[in-house]
Amino acid sequence: MLKEIKVLKSHGRQYIKNLRTQPVSGLFRGRPVISGDMTIQEIENVSAICPVMAIDNRSGSIDLGRCTFCKECSFLLPEKIRFTNDYRITSNLRETLVIKPGSENPVRLEETIVRKEIRKLFKSALKLRQVSAGGDNSTELELNACGNVNFDMGRYGIEFVASPRHADGIVITGPLSRNMAEALEITYNAVPSPKIIILAGTDAISGGIFEGSPAIDRSFIEQNNIDLYIPGNPVHPLTFINGVMDLIGITP
Amino acid sequence: MNQKLYSEVKNNSFPLDLKEIPVLKYDLFYEQVSLLLKNEAKHCVVYYGVVISGILKFYCYIADDNNKSIAVFSHEQNMNKPELKSLTTVCPQLQIFEREIHENFGVEFNDHPWLKPVRYSYDRFDKSKTIENYPFYSIESEELHEVGVGPVHAGIIEPGHFRFICNGEKVLHLEIQLGYQHRGIEKLFIERKDSLQRCILSESIAGDTSIGHALAHSQLIESLAAVEVSEKLQIERCIALELERIAVHIGDTAALCGDVAYQLGQVVSEALRTLIINTTQLWCGNRFGKGLVRPGGSNFPLSNDVAEEMLRVIKDVDRRFCEVTECIYSLPSLLARFEDIGKVTKQQALMTGAVGMAARTCDIPRDIRVTHPFQFYRTYPVQQVTLETGDVFARGMQRNLEVRESVKILGGLIEIWRQKEKKIIKPVYNYELKQNSVGISIVEGWRGEICHTAVSDNDGNILHYKVKDPSIHNWMVLALAVRNQEISDFPICNKSFNLSYCGNDL
Repeated sequence: MLKEIKVLKSHGRQYIKNLRTQPVSGLFRGRPVISGDMTIQEIENVSAICPVMAIDNRSGSIDLGRCTFCKECSFLLPEKIRFTNDYRITSNLRETLVIKPGSENPVRLEETIVRKEIRKLFKSALKLRQVSAGGDNSTELELNACGNVNFDMGRYGIEFVASPRHADGIVITGPLSRNMAEALEITYNAVPSPKIIILAGTDAISGGIFEGSPAIDRSFIEQNNIDLYIPGNPVHPLTFINGVMDLIGITP
Repeated sequence: MNQKLYSEVKNNSFPLDLKEIPVLKYDLFYEQVSLLLKNEAKHCVVYYGVVISGILKFYCYIADDNNKSIAVFSHEQNMNKPELKSLTTVCPQLQIFEREIHENFGVEFNDHPWLKPVRYSYDRFDKSKTIENYPFYSIESEELHEVGVGPVHAGIIEPGHFRFICNGEKVLHLEIQLGYQHRGIEKLFIERKDSLQRCILSESIAGDTSIGHALAHSQLIESLAAVEVSEKLQIERCIALELERIAVHIGDTAALCGDVAYQLGQVVSEALRTLIINTTQLWCGNRFGKGLVRPGGSNFPLSNDVAEEMLRVIKDVDRRFCEVTECIYSLPSLLARFEDIGKVTKQQALMTGAVGMAARTCDIPRDIRVTHPFQFYRTYPVQQVTLETGDVFARGMQRNLEVRESVKILGGLIEIWRQKEKKIIKPVYNYELKQNSVGISIVEGWRGEICHTAVSDNDGNILHYKVKDPSIHNWMVLALAVRNQEISDFPICNKSFNLSYCGNDL
């Protein structure tokens, strides 16, 4: 007993008090701020070095759904592009993930298109099934961390469950490998309606560095309505939890 | 007449000219492999096929741990579905490589005991073999039943299929079928010609080993470019690798405790892992170290402030991890769940070509930091940790002891790092690679040995890229570990190995 008490004493209180405002390290790459006065040449240059074509070569906007957060654009043009440590970069509208030059607006959900039943049914308890469709295991580990003793999203009734039959929706990671296409479809069909689909991570939202590989099959995303896009490489637990809290209507 | 039977190279050294690699007739190749692999201190790092100028060439790398060198040799066949005598019957550790070659090129290995698909790659030779019709072993019996688990699993974990043949609760046989995570990585390394794209790709092979794979890639590029990086950069890379090792080992300990419902061990280990990965984030902005390792330089050079904080954190984590593992590995109710469960004998581990932790827990001293040192490990001595019992207990205790050792290594490395000149060198994305050469890069990731190897063509472009994740050897070890065990012990056996599905599937 004494050994265990010593461990508990060292452990202390671990849960993060406020998941909405918890700061992360200054180097964390969240929402970028892009200067509105990049020249045409500058835009062309950063667009060319981006490994995943996340930077539009005419407007200079950065698409967080494609971005792998490697920061090379910012290293090339440090006075014009900087990544803030704002981790609240989740949206239910794909276009909102495209950060325009000159904009410092936070990334938020479009309230008008959130299905009413999501707020009505899932606000106090949301059970999710995770399907890794070619994920590299980094976002999966972060999703596991969302329920750990520090982040503890369980305090809001948000949980991952073992069976699609127990779930209210699925969280997909990975670029959607062809070999997982059928299993993904079967799992989704096994979730009772009403149900939601969440895409977690750059690979899931756009295919990331795997886009265009013949080994992936993204038809599931084309054929279904996506309820939430959560960028990240990998998704930070605070990004995930804040995004889901926004979707189901937990305020603040 | 004395034919040179193989070329000897050292890990993390300069590229090998293709012309220097002896091409043997298959009979001689067969004999040489059988002979070399009789020695326990030698094992096959990788054996793969590549098409060069319309000829199917096969390269084999055999590591000699006593000599700290790698023997490289080859054989050639014509493209028309060659038939070769399988080496697996005499050297079972080659089973996965022959299966891979068969899947990629259609080569028939006669007498291979189970020439089954490896990953159902999109460009496999025989497309009539699909992931729906994998030929599982089955037994006609009134008393036995089959249990199929996956691809989607109960937890938040990658997909794979496990087919058990059971007698009541007891597992007689487990067959593991993977391929669900296949994304076409090796082809992408060739198609994505941009160096930065390849770096991002290497970090995405197995995200929980971002630093391990990114380092294997960067080291390979530097090797093909015949470039040596500064000692300061080498030290920083080793520091990053050790941080990754500590973080995952502590995370694995949490998972093992979770599976046996020891909540104290689980939550404390989770909290400690957070401290380590937040330190990686403090250093480079990413909890997994994505972006940290690049060829030729670093975008995130280590600073004195970060080094100070790192020392403070690992000292605190080490003390607290000691306290909690004291509890974990002395509680009789836990030991009853760990000891003698999922036991693998040394003989089974040697036979299957186990590497990394799966080998070291069976008293096989395979640790690339010691046997084929790379980066600053060439100067800095690392103590290998080996255990003998080969059970879940050993694999758990292995992680505990390796955390202890890694903490010491980190302290030592930072000391030395402080003395080095703090020159800042940015990554180099436009190295010119030596033509018609082979580069070999082996890194000890936290699971075990990672190998990235590439062949360059006449223009210095990459013609073929081969990735070997340690999991490709060790999945078979897991399959053997659960024989004659209760099926309910499968989750902790699986977690005690913690192998990579995406590292296998590529």
